[in-house]
Amino acid sequence: MAGTNLQTPILQVDHLSMKFGGLVAIGDLSFTAPRGEITALIGPNGAGKTTVFNCITGFYKPTEGMITMTRASGEKFLLERMPDFQITAKAKVARTFQNIRLFSGMTVLENLLVAQHNALMRASGFTVLGLLGLGGYKDASRASIEKAVYWLEKADLMDRADDPAGDLSYGAQRRLEIARAMCTGPELLCLDEPAAGLNPKESLALNELLLGIRRDSGTSILLIEHDMAVVMEISDHVVVLEYGRKISDGSPASVRSDPKVIAAYLGVDDEEVGDVLVEVGDTSVIEELDGVAPVAQGPAETSSMFEGPIADTVEEAGGETIVPASPAASKAAQVEAETAAKSPVEPKGPAQ
Amino acid sequence: MQYFIQQLINGLTLGSIYGLIAIGYTMVYGIIGMINFAHGDIFMIGAFTALIVFLILSAIFYSVPVVVALLIMMVVAMIMTSLYNWTIEKVAYRPLRGSFRLAPLITAIGMSIALSNFVQVTQGPRNKPIPPLVTDVYNVYGISISLKQIVIAVVTIVLLTLFWYLVNKTSLGRAQRACEQDRKMAALLGVDVDRTISITFIMGASLAAVAGTLFLMYYGVVAFSDGFVPGVKAFTAAVLGGIGSIPGAVLGGLLIGLIESLWSAYFSIDYKDVAAFSILAIVLIFLPSGLLGRPEVEKV
Amino acid sequence: MTAISDNTARSTSSPYGEAIRQALYAALLSAGLFFFFIGLESTQDISNRLILRSHWGVLATVVALVAIGRFLFIAFVLPAVDRRRANRGPIAVVAEKDQSFLRRHRFKIMIALLVLYPVIIVSTVGMQGSLKWVNNFGVQVLIYVMLAWGLNIVVGLAGLLDLGYVAFYAVGAYAYALLGTHFGLSFWILLPAAGIMAAFWGVLLGFPVLRLRGDYLAIVTLAFGEIIRLVLINWRDVTKGSAGISGIPKITFFGWFDFNVSSPNYIGKVFDIPTSGAYYTIFLYYLILALALLTAFVTIRLRRLPVGRAWEALREDEIACRSLGINTTNTKLTAFAIGAMFGGFAGAFFAARQGFINPESFVFLQSAIILAIVVLGGMGSLSGIAIAALVMIGGMEILREMQFLKLVFGQNFTPELYRMLLFGIAMVVVMVWKPRGFVGSREPTAYLKEARAVSSTFTKEGHG
Repeated sequence: MAGTNLQTPILQVDHLSMKFGGLVAIGDLSFTAPRGEITALIGPNGAGKTTVFNCITGFYKPTEGMITMTRASGEKFLLERMPDFQITAKAKVARTFQNIRLFSGMTVLENLLVAQHNALMRASGFTVLGLLGLGGYKDASRASIEKAVYWLEKADLMDRADDPAGDLSYGAQRRLEIARAMCTGPELLCLDEPAAGLNPKESLALNELLLGIRRDSGTSILLIEHDMAVVMEISDHVVVLEYGRKISDGSPASVRSDPKVIAAYLGVDDEEVGDVLVEVGDTSVIEELDGVAPVAQGPAETSSMFEGPIADTVEEAGGETIVPASPAASKAAQVEAETAAKSPVEPKGPAQ
Repeated sequence: MQYFIQQLINGLTLGSIYGLIAIGYTMVYGIIGMINFAHGDIFMIGAFTALIVFLILSAIFYSVPVVVALLIMMVVAMIMTSLYNWTIEKVAYRPLRGSFRLAPLITAIGMSIALSNFVQVTQGPRNKPIPPLVTDVYNVYGISISLKQIVIAVVTIVLLTLFWYLVNKTSLGRAQRACEQDRKMAALLGVDVDRTISITFIMGASLAAVAGTLFLMYYGVVAFSDGFVPGVKAFTAAVLGGIGSIPGAVLGGLLIGLIESLWSAYFSIDYKDVAAFSILAIVLIFLPSGLLGRPEVEKV
Repeated sequence: MTAISDNTARSTSSPYGEAIRQALYAALLSAGLFFFFIGLESTQDISNRLILRSHWGVLATVVALVAIGRFLFIAFVLPAVDRRRANRGPIAVVAEKDQSFLRRHRFKIMIALLVLYPVIIVSTVGMQGSLKWVNNFGVQVLIYVMLAWGLNIVVGLAGLLDLGYVAFYAVGAYAYALLGTHFGLSFWILLPAAGIMAAFWGVLLGFPVLRLRGDYLAIVTLAFGEIIRLVLINWRDVTKGSAGISGIPKITFFGWFDFNVSSPNYIGKVFDIPTSGAYYTIFLYYLILALALLTAFVTIRLRRLPVGRAWEALREDEIACRSLGINTTNTKLTAFAIGAMFGGFAGAFFAARQGFINPESFVFLQSAIILAIVVLGGMGSLSGIAIAALVMIGGMEILREMQFLKLVFGQNFTPELYRMLLFGIAMVVVMVWKPRGFVGSREPTAYLKEARAVSSTFTKEGHG
């Protein structure tokens, strides 16, 4: 890390609002992510965490607000004004997805090479020179494989380099997705629930990978996480959201004892807040409270032909857009909006 | 003004036929997410069956009341197209269900080629004209409305009402909508998915058969290749209206019919199809899910 | 036809009882399906009125054939398939390890065979007899191979479903036909020009449809294909409409010699060999072979370049691509442009070969056939696509030669009539048999230790 302007936060979010129709997913949210640190974004389901990510990485255009990314060089980027791919290419923000999005039909190595697209594109003279076998594409290609190997080792995937990404175990896919994001050479890495669905051993390996990234490459990390063990252990800074608003912000320890946070997680007016406080660290409790089904194994199901324009998709987006005032009402509205045929048991958890 | 209204009526007549075919596309798309490319040829099979039934009727009986003849033609055509569509679904689409998106598209195209060539081989490549069935023309304020057009309008409205009832008010319709939303879940809840899909194909085919019979009545001629153009137009209509949406299919059909007849009336008949396709492209550029389609939310 | 699917309750009773039951069902169903269409035929009598003619005998034969076919399928084919599957078990996964000489050099051998093909034909059936084989098989199949390889870039690699590919073929053909007849420009100048023009159209049509996905993209590309065809039909001042353009100049061998018997540079005169129409055909064969190989070479090269990897990544997951800083708009446009360019090359060649073109050659059916070849071959796989083109197009051509069938079905039997019918049925059968195409696996573009083919269970087909 250049370290020239350690005092400026790498990411500054000011008065961010995101509305879907009349629904306020994020309302006037401001927070900063300090440079070189791991910032965790937590909150119950439907709090708008993924929406914040989508705004930062350009997949959604926020209704209001400003997102400023300051690179180590001091260069500033207003992310809300940039198209998504440029946010990665120019502002050097990389991300992963809650439902792992790997190129499952390509090998692990190829996944990492695709991530180095822009550099290789320049080296291949935007295809023309590469096609003719001229220029420095060979060297660049070799360098890209070296970089991929570096991250393969970090992510403990060397043995699987030539296997299709879709063939990896769930935990390995998560690590690969992070390695792939790192191959874009980011200064800020946004991770959407990296520990979801991992077993304790895999979770531990993940922590190490993330701490290693922060230590060795100086990349700042912003992560959404439900697993409090991960959050408490690796993050330097925690931001808590509820219904699209920030309810707490500070060190893991301070957030942990904030009554508002506990109330948000455990529901309202529990007298035994203190007792349950210990349990906050327990994933299963939190999941139970949120009604989160653990993410299904493997990403294979995510893009079938039936996905289409059917209400399933709409509803999932709706899951993030609960009206602040009465979440129950919005749930009811959803059910009502569904056709009579829709089962009361929802096949998937809401998008958060 | 009279000229305009005249063209409007012509366009709506044509549009009704497109709309009836388009429903078949849209329903199949809605329930299994595939383009049933053979649907246009199912329409042609319907028109051809109607023709043959007409020939049988006129060979056996000296004269049959037109209403009875039309009704018999329609019903037999519905049975035949249903049989065809049901078989096609079972043979060409069901084995591929859920495997690979393009595979059923290719079998559908293959089926379309096979069907039209099958009819060409067995029935010959020539146009098949029949004597006009309905000839009355009424003159209302200088606008001529033929009885054919009235029949088409009435049949379409009656069928659409029936159809709307079937889809929205019966348990069959509920099963269909359930399959549309989530097939696995529907199966878990006891919906017979295979049967529901088969019925969807049969319903689509029946509407296409009606469209085919009306087409035969309106134009008085049919040929083996007549499946393609109305098929593509109806498909265009379904997409224009928002594929998967049944009201969208009807709206799209009427719009395509109107565009065609108005364009031929005021601009050039040569470019009427170009106009229809261009409007499709323009609409989709601004409304990527068609007019009444539910916008596809990009899941990230 | 009905002899597929439905394997319920197969194991219950004896296979023959079940087979008879199934055969009866099939007979009943086919009787229903064919009653009106084979049993009765509408024909015009002398006074041009439609009458019905009955063919109950043919109907009975067809129904019986279906029943027998179904019986054989259930009683013998299915159990055999099951046994094979059971015997194979998990061993099948290993296999393919031993790289025999033939396997390792299969591409070189294939290319050598293709290069020698006209020589073999000429030496077996003579100069004059070779015409048919080189032209109908060689050139015809290779045109489709090239077109399918071009479309493969768009559909197979980038995962963009394009139902209007024939439009670019038409652009290339008309570019050469019009510029060649009006300005007398040489094929060698117009070939790249036709490619560039087609690529330009590819970008032009690509732009508005970038936002569309899946089936919406499919219908709009189909619409564009139809628009181009309709414009060719109706813009009579330029294209001469349905009458088409004739007298398209033949290709010369870079001006050194040509193939016009009357010309002073006629190949026969230059080399002092007897006059024959076969020279031009053989020359065309090598030309289309070279063009097809160029397409393959460029495709293989591109796949190893970032742009090719980005195409495949786009097919796998567009959102992930964007999150990696890939400009998906440009990536899609390059796929459209390069795919279209090869279509344009093929079109220019087609015009030069035919000497006459009209819009009839560029109907939707052509797009469908090309797409079918890509999917039947296995999306993205060059060798699979070549096999599919050979099987489908070559098979269709070979049907013309099946004159012996007249002995079976009588003198009135014209096999050509059944070409497209069989083509359609073959498309269905092959697809049901091999849903991922002949070659479903994918070769990786880079590897650390060894290049292992990626099974088709992992690859995706794109969302549009």
